[in-house]
Amino acid sequence: MMSFLEYAFMRNALLAILVSSPIFALLGTMVVNKKMAFFSDAIGHSALCGIAVGVLFGFTSRSLSMIIFAILFSVLLNFVKDHTTYGADTIISVFASVAMSLGLVLLSRGGNFNKYSSYLVGDILSITVTEIISLAVCFVLVIIFWIVSYNSLSSDNLNRALATSKGINGKVYDYIFSAFIAVVIMFSIRWIGILLINSLIILPAAASRNISRNVRAYHLWAVLFSIVSGIAGILVSYYTGFPSGPMIVLILGVTFFVTFTVHSFNKD
Amino acid sequence: MAEHSHKLKDSCHEHCHCIKIKDLNVSFGEESVLEDINLHMHCGELTVIIGQNGAGKSTLLRALLGQVAHTGTIEFKETKTGNISNIMKIGYVPQSLNVEREIPMTVYDMFASYISKYPVWLPKNKKLYEKIKDQLKMFSVDDCIDKQVGKLSGGQMQRVMLSIAITPMPDLLILDEPVSGIDENGVRDFYRLVDEMKAKHDLAVLLVSHDLDLVKKYADKVILLDNRILCQGTAEQVYADENFKKVFGGQNI
Repeated sequence: MMSFLEYAFMRNALLAILVSSPIFALLGTMVVNKKMAFFSDAIGHSALCGIAVGVLFGFTSRSLSMIIFAILFSVLLNFVKDHTTYGADTIISVFASVAMSLGLVLLSRGGNFNKYSSYLVGDILSITVTEIISLAVCFVLVIIFWIVSYNSLSSDNLNRALATSKGINGKVYDYIFSAFIAVVIMFSIRWIGILLINSLIILPAAASRNISRNVRAYHLWAVLFSIVSGIAGILVSYYTGFPSGPMIVLILGVTFFVTFTVHSFNKD
Repeated sequence: MAEHSHKLKDSCHEHCHCIKIKDLNVSFGEESVLEDINLHMHCGELTVIIGQNGAGKSTLLRALLGQVAHTGTIEFKETKTGNISNIMKIGYVPQSLNVEREIPMTVYDMFASYISKYPVWLPKNKKLYEKIKDQLKMFSVDDCIDKQVGKLSGGQMQRVMLSIAITPMPDLLILDEPVSGIDENGVRDFYRLVDEMKAKHDLAVLLVSHDLDLVKKYADKVILLDNRILCQGTAEQVYADENFKKVFGGQNI
């Protein structure tokens, strides 16, 4: 029955889902509240540039250079968003396009982009133990960050002036928050893929929002949807041979529409 | 200067303080938005800023909140001890909040996120919950504590916001055009609440307003602003001023 557990790659994939899906769900709740879906999408696309930077700086320091790139890019994006009279979505789009194209150009040097095309859709079954450990570290850091700064992030999002009057420096948390999104995306991009990563951030929170009335329920359902869909997605893909990433997203999509229907019936 | 502070002391009662804004200037690039603002506010007094759109009313509030770079000083003085400091607790009621109807957040969640470090996504903190309930009770909205913030009525939201603004009790309460989005009765209620609160807690209140009738009824001091202070005094004095007629034209009071 549990024959899939005999395979190391399946055990690794399930472990990766258990560690990463709660992170996506937590960050997602705030991304959705802050209406930053487009922002996190842009960071996902720019990951390609991060990979290119990683490749340029050589294999040994690849992860480190990718993380540094992710943090710098998110800070830059946030700064420009705060200091422009353009619509924020336009600016974000410009930056993401440039970063992605730069990544494509750099990775295509010598005509061997095919080597990297797996980054577009990802391959969860190829995740290594080292990567799982990195994700576990991320997991712990995100939880600590969430304990320390959720209230500040939330109150700043409702009204920055009001938060300031209470001595909350929302801007700082805002920057750290986007940096966290960027780093988590960077760590996950190889096995989830650029095209799907944002779905894993947005969909659990969006589905949870349909049926939650307070912050606790919102978190609980988002994490639950995220973990269950992740595990179900991998199992379905194991038995049917369909790729796991899209399977997970499809299951999350169904969850969204089910909760949406439930919500429509419960309207007061 | 010495003579002035002496006068202030006399007009205040025991636990009193005053806030002095001296030579405040704000400019955005080349454009000067606020010029030479000098202003004194006392506790137990409602100071109202009036002026046309673009007169710099909101900018003045944002400068006081520390959100806009400015020159000049803002001093806060305990009249009893004579201590002067540049740090004061400010309570603020914003014009609006970024909440949609369906946002999964109750009044407890919102309130707690502003006044506590205890993460609101963890199980409810009983002590905090009771404290918030007590604070809401002062404005008779304690029954809203578990309601979703997006589903409050305009009046309920105003009361919740006031209650957040005075937790903990500030030295200066700033209200930013809080009347928009509620009906006429709601506006009157709001002024009454502010008036009661001011007296009960001996608060210094600064309000930006458009409702000249209610201002006349409740304001202790009115300031007519148009990038600089055109005139200040009681409502009667200001409404009779030449500048007032220039700014508000033939508007009936």
